Amino acid sequence: MSEFILEARSIVKTFPGVKALDGVSLQLRKGEVHALVGENGAGKSTLMLTLGGIYRPDEGEIFVEGKEVKFDSPHDANEKGISVVFQELSLVPTMSIAENIFANRQPVKAFNMVNWKKMYEDTIELLALFNLEYMDPSTPVNRLSIAMQQVVEILKAISFNPSVLVLDEPTSSLTEHEVEQLFDNIRKLKDRGLSFIYISHHLKEIFEIADTVTVLRDGMRVCDADVQTIDENFLITNMVGRSIENMYAQRGDIPIGKNVVLKVDNLSRKEVFEDISFSIREGEIVGLAGLVGAGRTELGRSIFGAEPADSGSLKLGDRNIAPRTPLEAINAGIGYLTEDRKTQGLVLDFTIRENLVSNHLRDFTSVIGFLNEGAITKFAEKSRDDYRIATPHLGQKIRKLSGGNQQKVLVGTWVGVGPKLLIMDEPTRGVDVGAKSDIYRLMRELAGKGVAILMISSDLPEILGMSDRVLVMQSGRLVGEIPGNEATEENVIALAAGTIEGEVNK
Amino acid sequence: MTWLKNIVKQREFMIFMIVAVMFIFMTFASPYFFTIPNILAVMLGLSLEAIIAVAMVHLMVSGGFDMSVGSVVAFTGAATAMMLRSGMPVFLAVLLGLFIGAAIGTFNGFIVAKVGINAFVTTLSSLSLFRGLTLIVTHGQNITGLPKTFKLIGQAKVVGIQTPIIIAVVLLIIGDVLLRRSRFFRQSYYIGGNEQAARLSGIPVDRMKILAYMLTGLFAGISGIVMTARLGAASVTAGSGMELRVITAVIIGGASLNGGEGSILGAFLGTLLMALITNALTLLGVDVYWQTFVIGATLLLAVLIDTLSKRNR
Ligand SMILES: Nc1ncnc2c1ncn2[C@@H]1O[C@H](COP(=O)(O)OP(=O)(O)OP(=O)(O)O)[C@@H](O)[C@H]1O
Ligand SMILES: [Mg+2]
Repeated sequence: MSEFILEARSIVKTFPGVKALDGVSLQLRKGEVHALVGENGAGKSTLMLTLGGIYRPDEGEIFVEGKEVKFDSPHDANEKGISVVFQELSLVPTMSIAENIFANRQPVKAFNMVNWKKMYEDTIELLALFNLEYMDPSTPVNRLSIAMQQVVEILKAISFNPSVLVLDEPTSSLTEHEVEQLFDNIRKLKDRGLSFIYISHHLKEIFEIADTVTVLRDGMRVCDADVQTIDENFLITNMVGRSIENMYAQRGDIPIGKNVVLKVDNLSRKEVFEDISFSIREGEIVGLAGLVGAGRTELGRSIFGAEPADSGSLKLGDRNIAPRTPLEAINAGIGYLTEDRKTQGLVLDFTIRENLVSNHLRDFTSVIGFLNEGAITKFAEKSRDDYRIATPHLGQKIRKLSGGNQQKVLVGTWVGVGPKLLIMDEPTRGVDVGAKSDIYRLMRELAGKGVAILMISSDLPEILGMSDRVLVMQSGRLVGEIPGNEATEENVIALAAGTIEGEVNK
Repeated sequence: MTWLKNIVKQREFMIFMIVAVMFIFMTFASPYFFTIPNILAVMLGLSLEAIIAVAMVHLMVSGGFDMSVGSVVAFTGAATAMMLRSGMPVFLAVLLGLFIGAAIGTFNGFIVAKVGINAFVTTLSSLSLFRGLTLIVTHGQNITGLPKTFKLIGQAKVVGIQTPIIIAVVLLIIGDVLLRRSRFFRQSYYIGGNEQAARLSGIPVDRMKILAYMLTGLFAGISGIVMTARLGAASVTAGSGMELRVITAVIIGGASLNGGEGSILGAFLGTLLMALITNALTLLGVDVYWQTFVIGATLLLAVLIDTLSKRNR
């Protein structure tokens, strides 16, 4: 028997124009959690898709327990004990939790008839791992929150009883609470001898859960290490190829402007949020913290006109506005970066170039209505360089970009609109540290130019690092306001969870 | 009480309620409505469409779509009739007729799944192709003089119930059980709901799609043969407009053009609702020209309610 439960040797995988994996090797011991880190587009997902039987490697070998294997389908990989939780959710929205978990392997009775009772019982047993046994297994997945969907996806992978479980950014839309539960489960399963490959851009998580780590860069393995022996800087330096001194960038010397850009007064939307009042000034970055479900996204969407409020008023500069549609909001000077880039932010089958200009085509249209292709290309090239979008060419379809690069394109589309107010909902979800610091630098630059930024985020370090002022929402109400320099992890969490009372200056 | 809530949330329940209300209303409005002859007449009227609906639901669940069923009805009917006229034994002619229906379906499925041409365009071509072929082989003439044993397929009665009704009911029940419970046919829900996910789960997507078209062709063939037997003649205009009526009923019954949703019970209720509307308007003496209009309104209403209820959660 081999020392390694799973081993990949010199894997090469090429896509048209991209060498996604260039001789990557990886070794996984039985019962360990092996983290895989690297920038967006480094090839992490591609490697996992290869190990999961979805891609066939151009070169290289894969060994399971010392025996060479060739997977001819994901199914085949599953049967050989490897189960992958994909970065892109692979659920069927119209079908139930149970039928998603047991996709195409529902327990059956005579004549291959589905045994619903057993399937529901098995599902509840799995849900209990996350203390969710009260959920109805027949609920269609499209009625679940994104976090819950991710849990279903994880349970699906666990239900294969794999010997290796691959998790590709499993926590990207989980709340702290669910992350803890996931980690508890990982530890439990690890004790039972399961091995994990764990991909995440949250380096903190790596140190919490992983035993060993492999760093990839540009499709090559840079190094691997025992997590005990390294620190965060080591990882960053190896991932990015440079060290990042000041992640959140200093805010410039330019003081926050006098002029109020956005003034929100008693904004309410039935059963979602109530009586929200606050204001943001020129060049100010306001962080909006709170637990998932506190109504932050809904508040953002309502300021943007996507789900108009029932009552209350909005003032942009000194004009009263009441956007009923996103277009009205854009015309008024509001930009909005959605939290769910794939379904709301980007057109997956359009190219990077097309997406970058999609919401401000008017800027590239001549008087008689023709598009100025040259100007679009120039703009797209500039965006690619500004945000370091990793792609062979700008005509690439968004669908084929790595998750983090998709997010950078989304940022580019909205900055291009030239808004007075930019609402950013989870601006760095799934984005690597290098790109994160790029996005933060960009936000500072925008603020320096007088743009007011409302940043909705569940990432506490980001809230603390970036905000000039932190607003905290809890169950649809604004419960606290803390100046940026007084905000700490403790007081923000306490406000968000409702364990202390805060105050809000109106 | 979650099971009760779950039932109420189902589209089938909504249509069932509408059907029930119509039933009660009509029972009072027309003395003739709730009589066995009228009920049987309604059932007979919907049976040929219901047969096709069984396969159409399954096809639409898998994300497919078939505009050609009306033409397949005419073509299989005409082909079977011609084979009978040439003296072929009834059993063999029927079998070959069904085979032709299935073959046309397979042809559609192959083009959609393997060549990758849009389902609407593919089956729209088939609609013209096979209506045209019907006209060519029959020279536009109806075919009469069919053997008596063949006509029994559409005209016999078992305990007073006409065979088309019996055939439809049997297919509906078997179809509903299979689509609801068999692991094999559940595969189609995965395909229609998220094709990528279906592939990842090891479902042979292309094969299932072709099968779904094949079954639709086969069931249109059954419908065509039963219709020919019932009328005692193959008519060149048989089944025209049927595709739209079937698709309408299936959508009223909860299927969507996006796939992943729908049930045979729902489709049956949709067919029943449309037949009841026709029946009610006739009994109430409303101008027949209103029927099509009312069915359009019903379809719009059904999808409106569905869309709005989805938006509110
Ligand atoms: N199907 C595809 N076609 C073409 N190029 C692809 C395809 N899939 C991935 N790539 C390219 O391969 C490279 C590696 O992508 P991959 O998704 O593996 O990155 P990643 O490390 O998972 O990044 P992220 O952290 O953003 O998820 C990228 O440059 C990406 O654009
Ligand atoms: Mg990835």
